[in-house]
Formats: sequence, structure tokens, C-alpha cells
Amino acid sequence: MRRLHLKDHRAEQRLFARRAALAAALAVLAIGTVAARLVQLQVLEHQRYSTLSRENRVRLVPLPPPRGLIFDRNGTPVAENRPAYRLEVVPEEVPDLDAMLERLGRVVTLRPIDVERFRALAARKPRFEAIPLRLRLSEAEAARFAVHRHEFPGVDIAVRPARHYPAGPLLAHVLGYVARIDADDLESLDPVEYRGTSHVGKLGIERAYEPLLHGRVGMQQVEVNAQGRPLRVLERARPRPGRNLWLTIDLRLQRAAQEALGEASGAVVALDPRTGEVLALVSAPSYDPNLFVNGIDPAAYRALAHDPDRPLFNRALRGRYPPGSTIKPFMALAGLEAGVIAPGTTRYCPGWFVLPNDERRYRDWKRAGHGVTDMYKAIAESCDVYFYDLAVRLGIDRIHGFLARFGFGAGTGLDVVEEARGLLPSREWKRRARGQPWFPGETVITGIGQGYLLATPMELAAATATLAARGVRVRPHLARAAADPGGPPEPLRFAPEPPVRLAEPRHWEAVVRAMVRTVHGRDGTARGIADAPYRIAGKTGTAQVFGLAEDEEYDPETLAERLRDHALFIAFAPADDPRIAVAVVVENGGSGGAVAAPVARRVMDAWLLRGGGAARGTAP
Amino acid sequence: MNGERIGLPGAEAARRTPGLAARLHLDLPLLLGLLAVAAIGLVVLYSASGERLEVVWRQLLRLGIGFGVMVAVAQVPPEALRRWAPWLYAAGILLLVAVLAVGATGKGAQRWLDLGVVRFQPSELMKLALPMVVAWHLAEAPLPPAARRVLAAFAAILVPVALIARQPDLGTALVVGAAGFFALFLAGLRWRWLAGLALAAAAGAPALWHVMHDYQRARVLTFLNPERDPLGTGYHIIQSKIAIGSGGLFGKGWLHGTQAHLEFLPERATDFIFAVLGEELGLTGTLALLALYLFLVLRGLHIAARAQDTFGRLVAGAISLAFLVYVVVNTGMVTGLLPVVGLPLPLVSYGGTSLVTVMAGFGILMSVHTHRKLLSPS
Repeated sequence: MRRLHLKDHRAEQRLFARRAALAAALAVLAIGTVAARLVQLQVLEHQRYSTLSRENRVRLVPLPPPRGLIFDRNGTPVAENRPAYRLEVVPEEVPDLDAMLERLGRVVTLRPIDVERFRALAARKPRFEAIPLRLRLSEAEAARFAVHRHEFPGVDIAVRPARHYPAGPLLAHVLGYVARIDADDLESLDPVEYRGTSHVGKLGIERAYEPLLHGRVGMQQVEVNAQGRPLRVLERARPRPGRNLWLTIDLRLQRAAQEALGEASGAVVALDPRTGEVLALVSAPSYDPNLFVNGIDPAAYRALAHDPDRPLFNRALRGRYPPGSTIKPFMALAGLEAGVIAPGTTRYCPGWFVLPNDERRYRDWKRAGHGVTDMYKAIAESCDVYFYDLAVRLGIDRIHGFLARFGFGAGTGLDVVEEARGLLPSREWKRRARGQPWFPGETVITGIGQGYLLATPMELAAATATLAARGVRVRPHLARAAADPGGPPEPLRFAPEPPVRLAEPRHWEAVVRAMVRTVHGRDGTARGIADAPYRIAGKTGTAQVFGLAEDEEYDPETLAERLRDHALFIAFAPADDPRIAVAVVVENGGSGGAVAAPVARRVMDAWLLRGGGAARGTAP
Repeated sequence: MNGERIGLPGAEAARRTPGLAARLHLDLPLLLGLLAVAAIGLVVLYSASGERLEVVWRQLLRLGIGFGVMVAVAQVPPEALRRWAPWLYAAGILLLVAVLAVGATGKGAQRWLDLGVVRFQPSELMKLALPMVVAWHLAEAPLPPAARRVLAAFAAILVPVALIARQPDLGTALVVGAAGFFALFLAGLRWRWLAGLALAAAAGAPALWHVMHDYQRARVLTFLNPERDPLGTGYHIIQSKIAIGSGGLFGKGWLHGTQAHLEFLPERATDFIFAVLGEELGLTGTLALLALYLFLVLRGLHIAARAQDTFGRLVAGAISLAFLVYVVVNTGMVTGLLPVVGLPLPLVSYGGTSLVTVMAGFGILMSVHTHRKLLSPS
């Protein structure tokens, strides 16, 4: 305030008064300009606009773009637009709406929800506009209605394109589905672009590539009469159709993977480790996405939602499983990289492991023990004790740091939004999430992929692909190219992840050798699939669904099926020039070697024996 | 200053606004003007909303909140506002940065609206905090401001404007920047600065074009040539002009606008509500509303000229002129004089978010006008 004395207040006030007067003049001028414009429009040009308004009533009618088609990598259509018979009613042409609905209900099926939706729409729209009553009539219903049509003035059948998924449940967890736009969608969608569009991608590819598949809305100017009834089209801007999309999925491989799983619940993810292309992605059981396109009826939805096998749950992307022994190759690499072990380093496995100053015994799956064990044997025979010991020597911090480089716990950045992240525990995580310090015993079981460690099948497949590519990390993706209808396909690009570099690159080969021995070695845990005409590098895993007490014996016979162990298997082949990397989880399947490995083998056969991936980067 | 001049306007004010208004620190002419605009707005909204009374009730509730905020702000003495100015500004900047950071990590545009709600707050705060901080800064030293002060003020303006433009919300960035600039202009920014600014703007336009989003460029192109897009943005303007022009001198009568009621007119309850007024009440209605707006702006400038200290003068003046900008940008857009910028017509358009800011601004004007120091420091 003291400094105010330095000011010449009178001069300042005069200055301000001048500027304020100038501003006032500016305000008068600006408002005056608008006023002059209003005089121009409302007085001078009034006649013209009045005529335009009275006689030339032009209304804008949106023309929704046809949605882009989706093909598998070989060009087989997997999402298409099929004409659907739609039953429409123009209320003003119906003498008695209630009586009509009553009679119509005897010709075609009218569920209460259909009538309810129709009435809600009818209340909001002009009476001369056609309002859908049923979105998809069966052929039989359409035929039956055609016979009775003369009895129903104001009711007619319109043919509109509707989304159809010919592969049905086989690709539901990849494609997702489109469904009618609801109030939530309206908040996030561009109101102009979606004028006239009735459906929007809700899940999967349909959702992730919505902007690309949707296209641009077209408009036509229609002259209407005083009541708003269309008279003729004045001008037309065609809609720009949505772009067509090619998936990385191979439908035949997808089917082979689905069939290999059989009736079991579980997931299969197959990647091309050189490109990140997802060749197959199966989550079983699945559901028919076609049910959702035109509004699933509530009873059917309840049945799906409450099914104990959870068909709506995307196990491949959202299922978080303990990786079990499939983590061992990565643990071995961590040990080699840290210099804690060398490939030839041996430990003695008596069938159990104890921490110093602790009496708890961590048991090996093989009660008698594996005896003297080096890294190769430890992986091939899945010796737990070797990895208990290794984990303790590494410590949780180094384990966390190394596994993070493979993307564990971080998701893979797949090009659909619903992918979940696994869990890569650390001291810091435990303090934050559990409010507790990290206990040494937890490090021990992390060594065999138990405890807090969780991974999605997608993460496991991506990490396996990284092993296969000796550290090169690609970004998994489900879409490979897009094209305007009739235009040439343009490949989509996905930025790769930073590679995993080892101080000693030969350690990659050591671990791969151990994984080959898992399949092709005499005592390998996956020797059941060794008769393949190519070399496989793999690792079995068994994930406990519930914990056993120290002395309890795991006996699958006495356990309810839902509590049985999950069977896991990761693999890539051919071992020296991998063209496919696979992760398999069979829920409650029991042993990884006996149950999950054969599934992976059938998937790899279906790809490699057919020459899949032999030619790289073929255009769709 | 003040010695001999203080008592006079204070007494005058007390004489002119006796009773409740004076005790509540309200300026009666301003209050009546605001009420008149709000009343016209509700009448037009009833028609524009398709005669839905619940829409009018909701708007009335928002107006009630707005007037409540205005009364509350009017109770705060300008001296307190001056002291808060830098803190409000700093808080606004922090929030803008935070919003950008959240926007960057909140993967993709799917959650656009969730962010949208949060996004709104800081830029609204800035609409008032920026003129306040510029006024606070310039009031520290004699006027007209020296070069260093001007540069500092420009920096204070550019930072929030850039942050808001990044969101991206070019319309709001523009009015926020204008509010800050007006404080500088009223402080006596020298003409050579203004000339330099005009030159810089002319030179900067191509650069701006470069950083604009496609939809923003499309709007500018459509404005320059509405024929370019007769089915998109151009259609809005054409229909809006038909609505206003067909209204003529006295309009088609309340609730009888065919353009509006046959749904030719887009956004007729929000950004384009002025066209409904023009169609149904004609030139009479549009000029009456414009006159009221002009009265509010001039009354604001009058209050500014009468203020006791530099801060009060600059803040009151800048806020009044910013209000003018809202009015002119919206009516200019609806009549096809200016490009389509999504700014509402203050106090009339349906929606509550910017309403509160506008009313808080008038609260500041009233505070400046009604808290008068009878004792001068000199």
C-alpha cells in the first residue's frame, strides 16, 4: 500500500476514464453491429427468409454409414451386415393402436419388452415417422405377416442391415459385439456422427475399433410440408462407409484351439513371436454374440450371467491365474542374468526346502526329491526345490525387476480395451495393498509361480513370445489391416516394446535348451507331446486353486472339480526359428503336462503343419 | 486520490439504493438488469425446450444458485479479492495442469465426459482469476504499466490460455485470454504495444492454423464459406438465419416458431437459443435483449470508472468487457457473423456450468461498487 504514494492518482484515473470510455464505445459498436445484422436479417431480408421458412422447409435427415466388415487373416468374413426384416409401425396410420398390437401379437411374437420400447419411442417421435416394433423377424414370421399384411394398415416390414457374426461363439471373446446405443453411450458419442446410427461396439474389436468401423454419417436435405412430412430429397451427401478390418486371427487355427480345449473351461492364446499377431485367442466356454445385437432378452441374459462356468468372462484377457511352474524359465533367466546361478550350477533336492531359522517345509511336487539337479533338469523336470532356493538367493526385489521386463503384471497393451493386468508383487505393492511387510516365505513360493503372482493367459503368451524371440518384444495385436470398401488394405502399425537385453545372450539358448528338454527329454514333464515333427520348447505348470496344509496330500479324487488345480502350458515352436508361441490354461484340469500340453500341441500342429507363418507379412 | 471524492459516490449510492439491496451489497440497476435478462431467458427456454416445464424448473434452480453465488461474492470486500487473486490464479493453474495430466493418462477418449466434468472447473475459475491476477499485478505500480510489467502480464495470460487450448477448448481459451487482455487494455497499455500485438496476431494466425484440430479448422472454413458444408455446420447457420430472418419485426409469436418447433434448428435450447427468440419475438425481442445486455456492460464500465482503487477499476472493467465478449460471440455466431464457437448465451442458454461463473463475476462488480472506504489512506 505504501507504494501507492508514488502514483499520480489523478493521471491514472484520467487514463482509466479514457480507456473505459473507449471500451464503452467499443461495446456500443459491437452490440450495434449485431443489431445491424439483425435488422438486415429480420427487416431487409425478411421476405426471403419468410419464404424459405414457409414454403421451402428443409429438413436434414441423417444417412447412417454401413458399418465396416471384419475378416479373419485369410479373408473369411467374421462380422457382416445382413439384411434383417424389421417390423415398423407408423402410428398415425393405425386406427386403434392397442387393438392392433393385440391382434399383431397373434401373428408375430411380441414380447412385453418390444411393446414397451415401441411405446417409449412412439411417445417421443412425430406420429408420421416409422417406429420399429421388432428389429429382427424370423423368415417364418416375415412370411406369416406378409399373408396378413392387409389387416394391419400402418404396419410394414422394412429391410435394414443388421450385424451378424457368422462364427458365433467361436470369436465372441475376440470380436465382442455391437448393441443398441444406450444412455451411457450417448454421453461419449459424437451426436452428429451418430445421428441415425442405432448400434455401437460394446466390447472387443467392435468397441476398440469403433471409430474406424463406424464411418462418417451422410445427410440428405429433404423438403417437408408444414407438418414435417417429407416431400422430396433436395440434396444428398453420401455417408462414408466404415472401413473394413482384417484380424490377425486365423479362423481355422481358432477353431482348432477351441476343439483342442474340448468341453473344458480355459483359455488358449497363440501369437506369432516375430510380429505380435494374435493367431488364436480362445476363452471357453463362450456365448453367441448375435444374441446381444438386437437386445438379449432378460431371461437369456440372466442365464448367461449366472452360469457357474461364466461364459461371458473373457478368461484369455481377464482371467488372472497363478502362473505356477510356467514361471520357472523366466526365474532361471533371472538367476543367470544376476549371476546367482550358471546353467551347470547344481542343488540337491531332497523333496523339500526350508528357510534358515524356520521350520516350515516347502515341499516339492515329487515327494522323493529330484536329487542332484542343474538348471536344465530343474526346468525339464520342474524341480520346485531348485527354484525355491533360486528365488531366495535372488530376493523379491530382483525377481520383481526382472519379471517386469517381460511385461508381467503390466498387461500387454493389446488393441482391445478390456484386457486386464496380472499381478507382479513387490515389497512396495504389499505395503500399499496389504499394509504388511514382505515375508521371506512369500519369496520362496514366488519362485514356483505361486503366492501373489498372477498372470493373464495373454500376458503368459506375450512373455513366451519374448522368450521365443530371444528378448525381442512385440506388441500383441488382433487387427492387422484396414481398408476403405474397395480400397487397398493398409497395414496397421503397433509400436514394439523395449526389448529384454541380457548381459550374456547365450543364456537365452540355455533356457530354450532346458525347455526343449521339457518336451523332448526322457524325463521331461511334457514328454507326452514329444512325437511332433518339429522341435518344441515348452514348460508345464500346475496352479493351485486352493492352499493345502503342510502335511495334506493333494488327492484329485477327493476334491470337487472346481477346486482341482489349473493345468498350464507355455510353448513355442520350432524351437530354433519360432513361428508360434502358445499359452494354455485349462481350469481345474489337473496336470499341465497331461492336460494342457496336448492342447498346445494340437494348436501348433494346426499352424505349423499347414505351413502357417512360413511366409512372413503376407498382405490380407 | 480519494479524499474529496469518496464520500460523494458512497452517499449517492446509499441514496439511490436504499434498504435491502444496499445492505446486501447489491447494485440495484445491475440486479434488475440481470433479473430481466434471466426472465426473458426462461420465457424463451420454455418454448425452445418444446414446452417442457421441468426444463424451465431446472434452469430456474440453476439461476437461483447463480444469484446466490453472486450475493455471496458481493459480500467479500474488494481488498480481500485483491489479496486472494494470486492464490486463486495459482490454484487455477495447478488444476489446469492436473487436468491435462489426468487427461493424458486416462487412456483414450472413451471417458471423455468424466474428464469433461472435471475439465470444466479450472477453466471456469480462470475466467475470473485471470483478470483478477492481471489487475492485482498492474495495480502494484503506477499506470500506464512499464514494459516489464506488461511482459509479466502477458506471461500470466498466455500460460492458462495455452493450457486451456491444449484441452482442447479453443472457445474458452479465447474468452479467458480476452478477459486478461482487457485488464491490460484498461490499465492504459500503450498503443504501440497494441499495434505490435495486432501484428503478432496476424503473423501468428498461420501458426495457429497449424496447431488446430481438424474439426476446428473445419469450423473456420465453414464460416468463411458456408456452402462448403451445407449439410453439417453450415446447416446450423443456414437454419439459424432462416429462423431469425423469418421472425421479422414482431416474430411469429411465442411458442409459434416453426423452425424451432419442427426441429429444424439444432441446439435450440442451448447455443442457438437466440435464434428461437428471433423467430418468435422478432426484431423487437432481439433488440430488447441486446439492449439489456448493453445496459449490463455499460453499467459494469460505469462501476469500474467509479471504483476507488486501481484493482477494483481494472477487475470490474475487465469482467464487464468479458461479458460483452460472451454476448457478441454467441449472437454473432447465431446470426452468421462469426464462426461457430460452442459458447452459450449468458443467462439465457440452458445449462448451468458457465452461469455460475458469470454470476460470480457480477458479484465481484457489486462488491467493487458497494464496499467503499470512507477513510482514505492519504
